[in-house]
Amino acid sequence: MTLARFVRKNAFRNKRRTLLTMLSIAFPLLLLSFLMSIWRAFYGDDLRSEQSNQRLITRHKVSLTNLIPSSYRDKIRHIPGVTRALPMNWFGGVYKDAKPENFFARFGTDPDEFFDVYTELSIPKDQGEAWKKDRAGCIADAELAKKYGWKIGDRIVLTGDIYPITLELTLRGLFTAQIPNNSLYFNEKYVEEGVPFAKGVAGFYAILVDSPQNVNRVSHDIDAAFANAPEPTRTETEKAFGLSFLAMLGNIKAFILIISSAAVFTILLVTGNTMAMSIRERTREVAVLKTLGFTRGTILGLFVGEAVAIAAVGGVLGTLIALLFLSGGTHAPQGANLFVIALREWKFTAPAAWGVAILAGFLSSAIPAYGASRTGIVDGLRHIG
Amino acid sequence: MSHVPFVIAILILVLALVVWICWEIVRFIRFGVPFSYNVRNMILRKRLTLMTALGIALTVTTTVFLMMLLAGMRKAFVSSGDPLNVLVLRKGSTSELTGGFTKDKMPILRQLPGIATDSHGQPMVSGEWVVVVVLPHRDGTGEVNVTLRGMEQDGLELRNKKAKLVEGSWFASGQREVVVSRSIHDRFSHTNVGDMIDFGKGAWKVTGIFDGGGSAYDSEIWTDINQVANQFNRQGAVGNAYLRATDALAADSLKHRVADDQQLQLDGMLETEYYDKQTANGGGIRLMGFIVGLTMAIGSIFAAANTMYAAVAYRSREIATLRVMGFRRGSIVTSFIFESMLLALLGAAIGIVLMLPFNGMSTSTSNQVTFSEVEFSMRITLQVVITAVVFAVAMGLIGGVAPAWGAARREILAALRD
Repeated sequence: MTLARFVRKNAFRNKRRTLLTMLSIAFPLLLLSFLMSIWRAFYGDDLRSEQSNQRLITRHKVSLTNLIPSSYRDKIRHIPGVTRALPMNWFGGVYKDAKPENFFARFGTDPDEFFDVYTELSIPKDQGEAWKKDRAGCIADAELAKKYGWKIGDRIVLTGDIYPITLELTLRGLFTAQIPNNSLYFNEKYVEEGVPFAKGVAGFYAILVDSPQNVNRVSHDIDAAFANAPEPTRTETEKAFGLSFLAMLGNIKAFILIISSAAVFTILLVTGNTMAMSIRERTREVAVLKTLGFTRGTILGLFVGEAVAIAAVGGVLGTLIALLFLSGGTHAPQGANLFVIALREWKFTAPAAWGVAILAGFLSSAIPAYGASRTGIVDGLRHIG
Repeated sequence: MSHVPFVIAILILVLALVVWICWEIVRFIRFGVPFSYNVRNMILRKRLTLMTALGIALTVTTTVFLMMLLAGMRKAFVSSGDPLNVLVLRKGSTSELTGGFTKDKMPILRQLPGIATDSHGQPMVSGEWVVVVVLPHRDGTGEVNVTLRGMEQDGLELRNKKAKLVEGSWFASGQREVVVSRSIHDRFSHTNVGDMIDFGKGAWKVTGIFDGGGSAYDSEIWTDINQVANQFNRQGAVGNAYLRATDALAADSLKHRVADDQQLQLDGMLETEYYDKQTANGGGIRLMGFIVGLTMAIGSIFAAANTMYAAVAYRSREIATLRVMGFRRGSIVTSFIFESMLLALLGAAIGIVLMLPFNGMSTSTSNQVTFSEVEFSMRITLQVVITAVVFAVAMGLIGGVAPAWGAARREILAALRD
């Protein structure tokens, strides 16, 4: 009988206990792997597009709700390193009704330069041209269009809340991206013509910089240019801009950290508990093993190996359920995008979770296993379990 | 609603469980295995007991943590409104920040019936502008958006139940003066009474500090409406208006009267309703809390079941002896379920104690409508404690049923021979 087989036999001698232990490890690990994937989706940058590193967002220094003058566009364009400055106006508004499943991002922008700045979005050339020609036209993410069953030529009506205007848009094109952005874009002129206070202002500017090396300098130059203007600006990278929205929800990093550490401690306790129980039961067997000539080290290894094996199986099980959850999340009415990214991150976080499981199995079994390996043969044989 | 039958099914299940438990308790008191039997057993195997209880405790802490956040957040938003204050916004606008209507509508609003009179005998109405300003953090860690509210003197009067002056005096109309909330005073520099604070086009004099009692006002700076209008080029209009109704009935009719008037093109809502909508932000945390709590609970149920199976296995001869002495199967089942629940209760107690230091810890979130910071503190409320205990006991109950059943089912002779 090989040692591995011995470990396997021992692990399954009490099938119910082993199964329960595996399951009670699997669930905290499910949480851990799930949360780590979400964390990476939020804060990791592996999956952000190449172009994203070359983009800056300039907005009003006070807040996004303060608009900045359109005259800034030309000034920004003349700052060395800037290749494009694209106005973006958050429209808000209501599509059909105020239910969350009918909410998606809608921006007014400049169709002529839009695809020069957002190069990772691809659209058939004729559709892009059609959008440029129609002032009341719009383009949408292909995934978004699929969700609402839109086809090119369909009429999309948006009722304004920030802007007192009802937009009657015609869908002129569908764009695709590696990670769908679930947004709709229309010509900013439409709102400007209908709403006096929207004229001559922009919500924020998406700025394309010629090379990633110049991003920091350009960002400073832009803010410096408007530092003493009546409407000062704040320029940051697209990533920082995205994270600032996340920061509004509260201290997400701390939430995830606290919950994850609770999950890890739970795993430690559960495996420790089980191993302590099963080792105590086998005190006499240990003495017999020793009489047969097994060394302390081997006995220690047998128990630790058993705990590690059980924890690892639990870990794999947990991460698999997490995978299921994450793929389920991609169909969520809101925040599906996050899950799409998180799902891709899973292949990095799952091995990490397995590592945690194995480590927990090792740490939690080390003490009881060490105790068992030290028990004297005579004491062990006398033990009544 | 598609989940109604589901809810009813669960309710029936819970009801059946409660009836059964009550029945068992009655039987337990009359013929049951003594309670001390379980307690002594738990003490005898204290390491196992403690470790399982700790596992449950950790599950409870995560749930309690998220519930404390929710409780604090709810307080910050919901307690802000006064049901007698009617908020008037431009039609279509969803927040105080995106509003704005011409000043000539104010006299019409003032003449609506059902408005309370202020200390000067005039209708208690306040035209207001809410804007966002940037203040640097006291510790130098970046800048934060803070809400600046410009109001008429009546604005102070219709909020006098929620906001109390704790130091200095209220701002005077027509002056560049502000009052700050205590929480702003704690977090930002230059906010002592008499200090000059810089935002907008220059410095403002701080004349007082007020306490918003944990409401959203606690994250605001207040000043005179005309000062805000001048500062942000918004003369000739007001952002929104507040009307103080004489009673709840009048508030309701005021709200409808404003909304139904075709010429005004305005919308009315109770201030409480307005803040209610803004807690939508908490929905995400609630969902996350639910998922996290449930996942950890399932894990803990398996762990508790494991411990109870072990407890039962150790005591199989004892159990057989109890049966020989005449205790019935039902009594044995109840006894072990009680033991499991007791274990969970211990876990809940440890969990709540572990979370006590977090009580009152303040954190912030952003108001998603105004993009400005809302400060709130985590709170252990009675509701949080009760939920945690019920949650833990349910875990113990579910985890304990199968092992207890297994214990009672064994043949006496076979168990005695073990």
